[in-house]
Amino acid sequence: MKNPLDSITGTIISGVILTLILYVFASNFLLG
Amino acid sequence: MDLILDRWLHVLVGITWIGLLYYFNFVQVPGLAKAKADGTAPGITKHIAPSALLWFRWAAFATWLTGAYYLHMSPRLSFADAFLLSGGSAVIGIGAWLGTIMLFNVWVLIWPNQKKVLGLVDASDEEKAKAARVALLASRTNTMLSIPMVFFMVTSAHGLPAMG
Repeated sequence: MKNPLDSITGTIISGVILTLILYVFASNFLLG
Repeated sequence: MDLILDRWLHVLVGITWIGLLYYFNFVQVPGLAKAKADGTAPGITKHIAPSALLWFRWAAFATWLTGAYYLHMSPRLSFADAFLLSGGSAVIGIGAWLGTIMLFNVWVLIWPNQKKVLGLVDASDEEKAKAARVALLASRTNTMLSIPMVFFMVTSAHGLPAMG
Protein backbone atom coordinates (compact mmCIF):
# COMPACT_ATOMS: atom_id res chain seq x y z
CA MET A 1 0.00 0.00 0.00
CA LYS A 2 1.24 3.47 -0.85
CA ASN A 3 2.25 5.71 2.06
CA PRO A 4 -0.28 8.58 2.25
CA LEU A 5 2.48 10.87 3.55
CA ASP A 6 4.24 10.65 0.18
CA SER A 7 1.78 13.20 -1.22
CA ILE A 8 0.53 16.53 0.12
CA THR A 9 -3.08 15.51 -0.56
CA GLY A 10 -2.64 12.23 1.35
CA THR A 11 -1.01 14.10 4.23
CA ILE A 12 -3.88 16.60 4.55
CA ILE A 13 -6.56 13.90 4.27
CA SER A 14 -4.75 11.87 6.94
CA GLY A 15 -4.68 14.94 9.19
CA VAL A 16 -8.41 15.55 8.77
CA ILE A 17 -9.22 11.88 9.47
CA LEU A 18 -6.99 11.95 12.58
CA THR A 19 -8.78 15.10 13.73
CA LEU A 20 -12.17 13.36 13.44
CA ILE A 21 -10.89 10.28 15.30
CA LEU A 22 -9.47 12.39 18.14
CA TYR A 23 -12.64 14.51 18.27
CA VAL A 24 -14.80 11.38 18.71
CA PHE A 25 -12.33 10.06 21.30
CA ALA A 26 -12.39 13.35 23.25
CA SER A 27 -16.18 13.70 23.08
CA ASN A 28 -16.85 10.15 24.27
CA PHE A 29 -14.01 9.33 26.64
CA LEU A 30 -12.62 12.59 27.98
CA LEU A 31 -15.70 14.77 28.34
CA GLY A 32 -18.46 12.16 28.47
CA MET B 1 5.22 37.43 32.57
CA ASP B 2 1.55 38.28 32.27
CA LEU B 3 -0.39 35.36 30.81
CA ILE B 4 -1.87 37.38 27.96
CA LEU B 5 1.65 38.30 26.81
CA ASP B 6 2.68 34.64 27.00
CA ARG B 7 -0.38 33.60 25.03
CA TRP B 8 0.29 36.29 22.40
CA LEU B 9 3.92 35.16 22.12
CA HIS B 10 2.81 31.52 21.93
CA VAL B 11 0.60 32.30 18.93
CA LEU B 12 3.30 34.41 17.21
CA VAL B 13 6.05 31.79 17.50
CA GLY B 14 3.50 29.06 16.68
CA ILE B 15 2.66 30.84 13.42
CA THR B 16 6.39 31.10 12.66
CA TRP B 17 6.88 27.37 13.31
CA ILE B 18 3.85 26.00 11.48
CA GLY B 19 4.15 28.61 8.71
CA LEU B 20 7.68 27.42 7.97
CA LEU B 21 6.53 23.77 8.23
CA TYR B 22 3.92 24.45 5.54
CA TYR B 23 6.49 26.38 3.49
CA PHE B 24 8.80 23.34 3.54
CA ASN B 25 6.04 20.90 2.61
CA PHE B 26 3.98 22.94 0.16
CA VAL B 27 6.68 25.11 -1.47
CA GLN B 28 10.30 24.11 -0.85
CA VAL B 29 10.15 20.32 -1.34
CA PRO B 30 8.31 20.46 -4.71
CA GLY B 31 10.33 23.55 -5.72
CA LEU B 32 13.62 21.85 -4.90
CA ALA B 33 12.74 18.89 -7.11
CA LYS B 34 12.27 21.29 -10.05
CA ALA B 35 15.40 23.28 -9.11
CA LYS B 36 17.52 20.12 -9.14
CA ALA B 37 16.35 19.47 -12.69
CA ASP B 38 17.56 22.85 -13.98
CA GLY B 39 20.67 23.14 -11.78
CA THR B 40 19.46 25.97 -9.51
CA ALA B 41 19.08 23.88 -6.35
CA PRO B 42 22.20 25.28 -4.59
CA GLY B 43 20.49 28.67 -4.35
CA ILE B 44 17.89 27.05 -2.11
CA THR B 45 20.06 24.56 -0.22
CA LYS B 46 22.83 27.07 0.57
CA HIS B 47 20.98 30.34 1.10
CA ILE B 48 17.35 29.61 1.99
CA ALA B 49 17.01 26.19 3.65
CA PRO B 50 19.60 26.71 6.46
CA SER B 51 18.03 30.04 7.46
CA ALA B 52 14.49 28.64 7.26
CA LEU B 53 15.54 25.65 9.40
CA LEU B 54 17.14 27.96 11.98
CA TRP B 55 13.88 29.91 12.48
CA PHE B 56 11.87 26.68 12.23
CA ARG B 57 13.56 24.71 15.00
CA TRP B 58 13.87 27.60 17.47
CA ALA B 59 10.28 28.72 16.82
CA ALA B 60 9.25 25.12 17.59
CA PHE B 61 11.16 25.25 20.87
CA ALA B 62 9.73 28.67 21.79
CA THR B 63 6.20 27.50 20.96
CA TRP B 64 6.48 24.52 23.29
CA LEU B 65 8.08 26.59 26.05
CA THR B 66 5.47 29.37 25.97
CA GLY B 67 2.70 26.74 25.82
CA ALA B 68 4.11 24.85 28.81
CA TYR B 69 4.43 28.12 30.74
CA TYR B 70 0.79 28.94 29.97
CA LEU B 71 -0.42 25.53 31.17
CA HIS B 72 1.65 25.89 34.33
CA MET B 73 0.53 29.43 35.19
CA SER B 74 -3.09 29.42 34.02
CA PRO B 75 -5.64 29.45 36.86
CA ARG B 76 -8.03 27.19 34.89
CA LEU B 77 -5.51 24.76 33.37
CA SER B 78 -2.80 22.49 34.71
CA PHE B 79 0.38 21.25 33.01
CA ALA B 80 0.10 17.82 34.65
CA ASP B 81 -3.64 17.49 33.95
CA ALA B 82 -3.10 18.45 30.31
CA PHE B 83 -0.59 15.67 29.75
CA LEU B 84 -2.72 13.23 31.76
CA LEU B 85 -5.76 14.26 29.61
CA SER B 86 -7.62 14.99 32.81
CA GLY B 87 -10.43 17.39 33.80
CA GLY B 88 -10.72 20.81 32.18
CA SER B 89 -7.21 20.51 30.73
CA ALA B 90 -8.02 17.37 28.71
CA VAL B 91 -8.90 19.04 25.41
CA ILE B 92 -5.87 21.29 25.27
CA GLY B 93 -3.89 18.28 26.52
CA ILE B 94 -4.50 16.51 23.20
CA GLY B 95 -3.06 19.57 21.43
CA ALA B 96 -0.17 19.67 23.91
CA TRP B 97 0.67 16.00 23.28
CA LEU B 98 0.55 16.50 19.50
CA GLY B 99 2.74 19.62 19.79
CA THR B 100 5.22 17.73 21.98
CA ILE B 101 5.48 14.87 19.48
CA MET B 102 6.01 17.47 16.74
CA LEU B 103 8.78 19.18 18.74
CA PHE B 104 10.47 15.79 19.16
CA ASN B 105 10.25 15.22 15.41
CA VAL B 106 11.81 18.63 14.72
CA TRP B 107 14.83 18.25 16.98
CA VAL B 108 15.43 14.48 16.86
CA LEU B 109 14.43 13.55 13.30
CA ILE B 110 14.17 16.58 10.99
CA TRP B 111 17.10 18.79 12.04
CA PRO B 112 19.84 16.10 12.43
CA ASN B 113 18.86 14.53 9.10
CA GLN B 114 18.57 17.88 7.29
CA LYS B 115 22.12 18.69 8.44
CA LYS B 116 23.28 15.63 6.47
CA VAL B 117 21.13 16.45 3.44
CA LEU B 118 22.34 20.07 3.27
CA GLY B 119 25.99 19.09 3.76
CA LEU B 120 26.32 20.86 7.14
CA VAL B 121 27.82 17.60 8.48
CA ASP B 122 29.74 14.93 6.60
CA ALA B 123 27.64 12.12 5.10
CA SER B 124 27.99 9.68 2.20
CA ASP B 125 25.54 9.81 -0.71
CA GLU B 126 23.80 6.74 0.70
CA GLU B 127 23.48 8.34 4.14
CA LYS B 128 22.17 11.54 2.55
CA ALA B 129 19.49 9.63 0.63
CA LYS B 130 18.36 7.84 3.80
CA ALA B 131 18.44 11.08 5.80
CA ALA B 132 16.34 12.85 3.16
CA ARG B 133 13.67 10.14 3.40
CA VAL B 134 13.53 10.23 7.21
CA ALA B 135 13.42 14.04 7.25
CA LEU B 136 10.66 14.13 4.62
CA LEU B 137 8.48 11.59 6.44
CA ALA B 138 8.98 13.35 9.80
CA SER B 139 8.09 16.67 8.19
CA ARG B 140 4.99 15.19 6.54
CA THR B 141 4.04 13.56 9.86
CA ASN B 142 4.23 16.97 11.52
CA THR B 143 2.10 18.51 8.77
CA MET B 144 -0.50 15.79 9.36
CA LEU B 145 -0.35 16.24 13.17
CA SER B 146 -0.59 20.03 12.88
CA ILE B 147 -4.19 19.70 11.61
CA PRO B 148 -5.64 18.13 14.79
CA MET B 149 -3.14 20.05 16.95
CA VAL B 150 -4.52 23.42 15.79
CA PHE B 151 -8.08 22.08 16.09
CA PHE B 152 -7.65 21.18 19.76
CA MET B 153 -5.77 24.39 20.59
CA VAL B 154 -8.51 26.52 19.02
CA THR B 155 -11.29 24.35 20.45
CA SER B 156 -9.90 24.67 23.94
CA ALA B 157 -9.55 28.45 23.67
CA HIS B 158 -12.98 29.12 22.19
CA GLY B 159 -15.00 26.17 23.43
CA LEU B 160 -16.98 24.41 20.71
CA PRO B 161 -20.36 23.42 22.18
CA ALA B 162 -19.69 19.69 22.08
CA MET B 163 -16.43 20.23 23.91
CA GLY B 164 -17.97 22.15 26.77
